[in-house]
Amino acid sequence: MSVGSIVLVVLVLAVVGYVLGRRRALSTSAATGTRLHSLPGYYGQTVALFVAVPALLVLAAWLFAQPILIENRVRGMIPDSVIPEGGARSLVMADVRNIAGGLDAVLRRDALNEDALVNGNLDFSNVRVRLADVGVALGSDVPREVFDAAVTYRQSAKYGSIGMTVVVLAIALALGAWSLMRIKPKLRARNVSENFIQALLIASSTIAILTTVGIIFSLVFETANFFRMYPASEFFFSTVWNPQFRGGSDLGIIPLLWGTLYVSFVALLVAVPIGLMIAIYLADYAGSRLRSFAKPAIEILAGIPTIVYGLFALITVGPFLRDWIAQPMGLGNSSSSVLTAGLVMGVMIIPFVSSLSDDIINAVPQAMRDGSFALGATQSETIKKVILPAALPGIVGAILLAASRAIGETMIVVLGAGAAARLDLNPFEAMTTITVKIVSQLTGDTEFASPETLVAFALGLTLFVFTLALNVLALYIVRKYREQYE
Amino acid sequence: MLTEAATEKALERKMSEINYKMVGKDVSVYYGDKRALFDVNLGVRNNTVTALIGPSGCGKSTFLRCLNRMNDTIANAKVTGKITLDGQDIHDPDIDVVELRARVGMVFQKPNPFPKSIYENVAYGPRIHGLARGKSDLDQIVESSLQKAGLWAEVKDRLHEAGTGLSGGQQQRLCIARAVAVSPEVILMDEPCSALDPIATAKVEELIHELRTNYSIVIVTHSMQQAARVSQRTAMFHLGHLVEEDDTDKMFTNPNDQRTQDYIMGRFG
Amino acid sequence: MTDAIAATQGKAALSGDARTRRRHAAERRFRMMGLLAVALGVLALVGLLFSILSSGLSSFRQTYVTMDIYLDPGILDKAGNRNPEDLAKVTTFGYAPLIKNSLAKAMNDKGFNSQLEAGPAAELVSAEAPAILRRYVLNNPDQIGETVEFNLLASGRIDGYYKGRVTMASAELDRNISPEQLQLADELKEAGILTTRFNWDFLTAPDASDTRPEAAGVGVAILGSAYMMLIVLALSLPIGVAASIYLEEFAPQNWFTDLIEVNIANLAAVPSIVFGILGLAAFINFAGLPQSAPIVGGLVLALMTLPTIIIATRAALKAVPPSIRSAALGVGASKMQAIFHHVVPLAMPGILTGTIIGLAQALGETAPLLLIGMVAFVRDYPAAPPEGFFDPASALPVQVYNWTQRGDPAFVERASGAIIVLLVFLLLMNLIAIILRRRFERRW
Repeated sequence: MSVGSIVLVVLVLAVVGYVLGRRRALSTSAATGTRLHSLPGYYGQTVALFVAVPALLVLAAWLFAQPILIENRVRGMIPDSVIPEGGARSLVMADVRNIAGGLDAVLRRDALNEDALVNGNLDFSNVRVRLADVGVALGSDVPREVFDAAVTYRQSAKYGSIGMTVVVLAIALALGAWSLMRIKPKLRARNVSENFIQALLIASSTIAILTTVGIIFSLVFETANFFRMYPASEFFFSTVWNPQFRGGSDLGIIPLLWGTLYVSFVALLVAVPIGLMIAIYLADYAGSRLRSFAKPAIEILAGIPTIVYGLFALITVGPFLRDWIAQPMGLGNSSSSVLTAGLVMGVMIIPFVSSLSDDIINAVPQAMRDGSFALGATQSETIKKVILPAALPGIVGAILLAASRAIGETMIVVLGAGAAARLDLNPFEAMTTITVKIVSQLTGDTEFASPETLVAFALGLTLFVFTLALNVLALYIVRKYREQYE
Repeated sequence: MLTEAATEKALERKMSEINYKMVGKDVSVYYGDKRALFDVNLGVRNNTVTALIGPSGCGKSTFLRCLNRMNDTIANAKVTGKITLDGQDIHDPDIDVVELRARVGMVFQKPNPFPKSIYENVAYGPRIHGLARGKSDLDQIVESSLQKAGLWAEVKDRLHEAGTGLSGGQQQRLCIARAVAVSPEVILMDEPCSALDPIATAKVEELIHELRTNYSIVIVTHSMQQAARVSQRTAMFHLGHLVEEDDTDKMFTNPNDQRTQDYIMGRFG
Repeated sequence: MTDAIAATQGKAALSGDARTRRRHAAERRFRMMGLLAVALGVLALVGLLFSILSSGLSSFRQTYVTMDIYLDPGILDKAGNRNPEDLAKVTTFGYAPLIKNSLAKAMNDKGFNSQLEAGPAAELVSAEAPAILRRYVLNNPDQIGETVEFNLLASGRIDGYYKGRVTMASAELDRNISPEQLQLADELKEAGILTTRFNWDFLTAPDASDTRPEAAGVGVAILGSAYMMLIVLALSLPIGVAASIYLEEFAPQNWFTDLIEVNIANLAAVPSIVFGILGLAAFINFAGLPQSAPIVGGLVLALMTLPTIIIATRAALKAVPPSIRSAALGVGASKMQAIFHHVVPLAMPGILTGTIIGLAQALGETAPLLLIGMVAFVRDYPAAPPEGFFDPASALPVQVYNWTQRGDPAFVERASGAIIVLLVFLLLMNLIAIILRRRFERRW
């Protein structure tokens, strides 16, 4: 049975359980003459919850675990001898999966039955041709072992899904029957179902923890693999980034870090003054007409996807800077450059700075302004000498948050900054960033278990730690600042 | 008709005899559609403490905020009528609200020191108005202002600590020192003691008493005793109207209006 | 007397000296700087939109070659039995002469010298055209032997010529087109064989190969994005609302609650590409889900959207005054009843608004999808859900990225066009959010 139909059956069972539970509650109450503790619906609800929730959870767990178990089992069946030189077990495993998938189509097309496979009656000699006929292309002729592994793979997957169907439906029925049996008028059905729901609520809120654990685990695990193949000191201190397909790469993070920080710096140079002035102007000067138009307009900038900014950098800003500034002044002739990415990213984080600063400036109590105005200060004096100093910690926090956003930004730099790892001061040169290299190392054709690919995880971990530290610091500062006025 | 004109004349004569610092004539205030003040006529005399009393929401704070145009900072507030400072209309387009506020200072209900040092709090006003010619000059102004506010002895050793670290009473006196530092001619006080304990209140009242020799003071208060203690003139407001205005002694012993009588006796408010 | 003196003093003091004038000048400068900043911000928005619109709007118009094509049974069905298997054996190469011949005939009718010009003219038709023709024949075998009118795509260069991308000068240097062919195209246009019309195919067609930008569309990408949004909605809305209800209404003040709160706050700030790494490592490598599939993209985007929804939902729950809860509890409702019967329905507009905004963010997200293989070239439409969730698909923003990486400048136009489609979807979602907020906003 497919996953979809299992889910459907379980849900139908839950509805049936609800109806039965409700009816049973009413009938026992009528028979014994006792009043029900809860509304009859709650009795139905307990049954439905016990039918559906555990069964669906088991289903999800099974779906998650089965491929891993089968993979491990089949992996053991492949002898080292069939692994081609210079290749890897994972490539052979990909073949196994392909064949297993193709076999279904072969069987269907040739109207063969399962026995042919299991008993080895299938004509093995032309497996490759037959598979190619149904659209499964294989690189080379398939060794017998790989074919057997594929048959086992297919077989296990099949038994697995049968097992899953049986177990899930059994759980649903058993728990349903149990909860149905225990319905008595005295059962506090409302409390039971409410406790059940509360448990679900708690489980939902732990997803956030699981996600963080998942991120940290996947980053740390593969980074450790990377450092086993490539020395950590080289990674952190080498100033050369030069990955090679054939190994012997230089994978120093320093040029990438430099590019990242340079682009972010340019972006902040654009966004902080403009964003801050926008916040001040809209909060303290602008009339309601201008505000009602400009504020949403600025906020729209925050809602535009980063790919749009990336394209803007690629087709408009980059060529403009190259043709009108860089080339006439002899500063370079690359359309992707630090300045291109920095300017566009700056525009992207303007609304970020302005809306955070707006909140922070508005959090400065009116009494402060009154105090300053009452002394005869002009509005700009009040802003510059009273409000901004008072709001400074909050604004610093906002800038740190914006910086973290800039450092983690990907699409703008992928399309605007370039791909050359370079340590240079000229902002009209193309440079590259950590995020660009994560994308290029993980979308390339290199084998997964090579340092050239795994370095992306080390880069990701660096990025994660960097942005996390900035955020924690920023949130700490902002919180301290808020407390000051509470 | 005749009598009205006659009283007007009489009033004008009376006004010109007395040495008024500020005069409000037919002052009305609207917050959006809501009218908060109805044609108030009230003068502030030189070197006098004028107390504004009345139940909550009667318009006394609103009137006070008119005197240095603090109502300008409220978006939909509108002020009509004429207010003069030394005979000059403060709403005149030529008038610079910045200069006005330098001459008509204000102290607020809740102490609102800036989150800066004590010294910087006091020095802020003189700095923006350019009253000091140098560092020593500024030090001088800060010291004398703090002395006038009766705070010097308590803070002279920690001038560079945060103003927000002072006690409530000290903070309020710091705010008074801050107002005094720009050498205003009038000081407006909006319930300056409502957030203070009795001892701090006594000190501030004592200070008001001393300040009277150099400044005209207008104080809004909820406390009858305070009004009686610190002021020479008292104005009673009710529901946005000025009920009456007279010498404090007379107001508290023999008021003309029944409402004043009732309010002072604590029958409403 | 005293009055007069006071008045002159007042005049002097109140109208301001040089210093005050300087201060006011500083005030004006500051104000101008603020206005300038606002203007810059608005200008950036206008520039951004103008740049995208001006380079992308043309992708909604396309140049077509209109002609009657005789579906010659002698070529298409030599056996004459209309057997689908036999029909399928004729490859696209077999269809090319049909087009060429029909074009020659059409040109002859219009008075062209077809002997000389039919050859170069046939090159004006897209290389995709035979495939389109073949698909039509396979779907309608009964039409063989008839003459049918077709609107076939013109080649990308010709299309570009009418959009100003290709000029006589650039054609001089171009191996794929010559100035003579452009002149011929002008004449054909005059004759009504070449027409430019609204390009529905752009919205429905799948991606096309590097050399056929004229045939590329966002159909698969729209479908893939829609699938992912369904998954995101189905996962993050219930989980997000459940988590918010727990944290806002039930959670005790302890280290566990703090841990959850800190986690949510930090997840909201984790760079999106890190979620892509999570998707690659956890969902593809560890759990063995297929690459390029909407299910993986949906899961990753759901995790990213969760903090947004939780933050919005908690704000909405917080805005429901405690008096509502007390009132419900006061009539004997359990806490759970008070929340589910009163608080959550009252908070619903806020929750939905937050959800839509979260979905809009997810719709525009690109970086994590690159890492889970959605950047692959996908021509086949995914099947209907739920099986289709596991088929390879593209997504709108990734399709844009994909097209920016190709050589032919015609793809820049396509990329901008795809962004316009994306922005229209985002605009619609935000409009719905605004209407919801306006309609149901409640002031307590």
